[in-house]
Amino acid sequence: MHGSIRLVTFGWLCVAALLLSACATSGGGDPLAQPSGAPASDTVTTSEPAGSEPADAAGGTVVVGSANFPEQLILANMYADVLEDAGVTVERRLNLGSREVIFPALESGEIDLLPEYLGALHAFLGEGEEEPITDTQELRSALEEELPEGIVLLESSAAQDQDALAVTKETAEKFDLQTVSDLAPVADMLTLGGPAETAERYVGVPGLKEVYGVEFGEFRALDAGGPLTTEALNSGQIDVGRVFSTQGVIAANDWVVLEEDKPLVPSENITPVIREEVLTDEIRAALNELSATLTTEELTALNRRVEVDKDDPDQVARDYLTEKGLIGG
Amino acid sequence: MAFFLEVLAWFPDHWSGTTGVARRVAQHVGYSSAASLLAVAIALPLGLAVGHTGKGGQLAINVANVGRAIPSFGIVILAFILAGINLVPVMVALVALAIPPIVTNTYVGIRSVDPEVRDAAEGMGMTGWQVLRRVELPVAMPLVMAGVRTATVQVVATATLAAFIGLGGLGRYIFDGLQVRDSVRVVAGALLVAALSLLTELLLAALQRTVVPRGLRDRAAAETTRAKTSAAAV
Amino acid sequence: MTAALAAAFFRWDWIGSHLDDIQSRLTEHVVLTVVPVAIGFVLAFPLALAAVRWPRLYGPLLGVTGVLFTIPSLALFVLLLPFTGLSRATAVIGLTTYTLLILVRNTVEGINGVPRDVREAAEAMGYTRLRRLLRVELPLAVPVILAGVRIATVTTIGLVTITAVIGQGGLGQLFIDGFIRRFPTPLIVGLVLSIVLAVAADLSLLAAQRWWTPWSRAGN
Repeated sequence: MHGSIRLVTFGWLCVAALLLSACATSGGGDPLAQPSGAPASDTVTTSEPAGSEPADAAGGTVVVGSANFPEQLILANMYADVLEDAGVTVERRLNLGSREVIFPALESGEIDLLPEYLGALHAFLGEGEEEPITDTQELRSALEEELPEGIVLLESSAAQDQDALAVTKETAEKFDLQTVSDLAPVADMLTLGGPAETAERYVGVPGLKEVYGVEFGEFRALDAGGPLTTEALNSGQIDVGRVFSTQGVIAANDWVVLEEDKPLVPSENITPVIREEVLTDEIRAALNELSATLTTEELTALNRRVEVDKDDPDQVARDYLTEKGLIGG
Repeated sequence: MAFFLEVLAWFPDHWSGTTGVARRVAQHVGYSSAASLLAVAIALPLGLAVGHTGKGGQLAINVANVGRAIPSFGIVILAFILAGINLVPVMVALVALAIPPIVTNTYVGIRSVDPEVRDAAEGMGMTGWQVLRRVELPVAMPLVMAGVRTATVQVVATATLAAFIGLGGLGRYIFDGLQVRDSVRVVAGALLVAALSLLTELLLAALQRTVVPRGLRDRAAAETTRAKTSAAAV
Repeated sequence: MTAALAAAFFRWDWIGSHLDDIQSRLTEHVVLTVVPVAIGFVLAFPLALAAVRWPRLYGPLLGVTGVLFTIPSLALFVLLLPFTGLSRATAVIGLTTYTLLILVRNTVEGINGVPRDVREAAEAMGYTRLRRLLRVELPLAVPVILAGVRIATVTTIGLVTITAVIGQGGLGQLFIDGFIRRFPTPLIVGLVLSIVLAVAADLSLLAAQRWWTPWSRAGN
């Protein structure tokens, strides 16, 4: 009994100490003293009742959301950082899940700003079963039609993160694979792995069959170029992986990305998508200035720092912005 | 209402094939039964030993109680990082989930044997092993089975996590349904898991009736529910 | 060699540079545990009293809460999304659902477990049904009811992490962080802290139970 009392006391002291300091940090209220662990600000303090809506446009807070893979975390942190630098109050709600989960949150106003990909967003909002659009301007026009009332695109960056197919070096040599077309004669012996939607979206299994005549022996649902696809490809559980062209793991693992020799994959320029009600001239200017600097190569290098070197996405974002002179000026 | 009709209509369309219900159920049952059997093989001897000797009982119960808090989600991910995509992460997480209730209930069951009965058995010249096998275990059986039931039902519900690391089972419908925004599929998957849990509960209840000695059955019925609730109070 | 391997596996410096983050996750985890258990108790208690008063209700009540208990947690959170979005409400509603079975069952069993002779003695002393409940049955049922609160709390601490898939999750966010980068450090920190939290909660509730019901100590 005495032992357990001592344990209880110790346990509660630990918890209490952590809680107290957490309250102290979140209640500190100095917006300039953004802590190094920036995501701290995306959690709700205990004083806020459960389920309450975040302060919206009127209060001037912009809620930045993101999906749960490294590139999204880097981009969303960049967006948040440049906005904060421009004097905008920002709340970060990162790591929220897939587009299927996040986009409805943008529509309902739970979040205000997201980094998006033109082609993927078009596939998501449109009917899906149609010819891919490889022209950025054309895609933007199509999206402007499709986007729900009150949600707009800002300027697109040159950086693109496109759907791609990757194989290990050994597989590439064994089957002499360089382009996606090279898969056609051997695909029935191979297993494709990727996110579940690959089985259904045009850019995935249906389009590969129609455009390239590639029909895989099996499809295995894993993740969107995440740790599962990496592991499955390296361990030989799948032969071909659906990856995303800016991923750092591609070069780190010496994978061969098959060249898209026919038009299937749409443009995927990275573009901020924002709720009109929070959009001001400063916000537009800050985000457009950022987008103008982004390139595919640089984004790939940034991803590699997070995926391979395990650096924190918020730090990687800040390093980039500082280097480009986009913040702290 | 229309939504429920859609869910009903989903089943006949997705019965067979590599992603069909039949195969997914088989995978799910496979993961769950392997994990439950493994957990029984580990937890039952442990609970019997602790209960029979009376040594380390409080410790075992406390560890088992805290074991309930081990997040299966985290264990699956950690084991995946260490072991890759195979059955190991799933088994580790599910077995860790199933051990605590079986240990706790077995221990409580053995300790609930009337000391006079135990003394009498020893007085008749039974060895410790015989006391355990012929007196303590039969008396504890209702509680042991209650623990196994609780554990197995939790395992069936949690085997859904196998899909999180790219394996099969009924969790596939839930994860994939979320990924492609198909709530019919999510609900169908959830219904299948819930149905499988209930079926498991019924089957184990039937099994319990056959393994619990006839003379203890009335007591078993009365104590099963009590045991589930009071185990943590010990 | 092993030291290098361990360093690659667990990076202590990560903890130092992420204390703020870890603290806010922990706070969120505590809120996501306390609120659902509290709401669950407020819902379960009257239901349990009704089931004691009208025993015919007990079976159906156990059935319904039992079925809720078997819904895979991930599916439940996903299905709540269209109604409550990525808000904390989604997490709280789902987590509350899972506390009901345990809390109802322990409250009913606690009260029904009061020995018959005690009950008869109270009746013989002229206690009304309400007075008997408040003065005799409930106080005697406290250990079993609190045992239910303990199980519900500890179970919820584990379940909170799943809500990370809908952008909540407390310490579960650290799991996702570790997963997407295949980086064990945040994951291990999250696991250890959630277990520490569970131990602290379990022992505190045990201490509360013993303080509240000194007579039950004798048996331990």
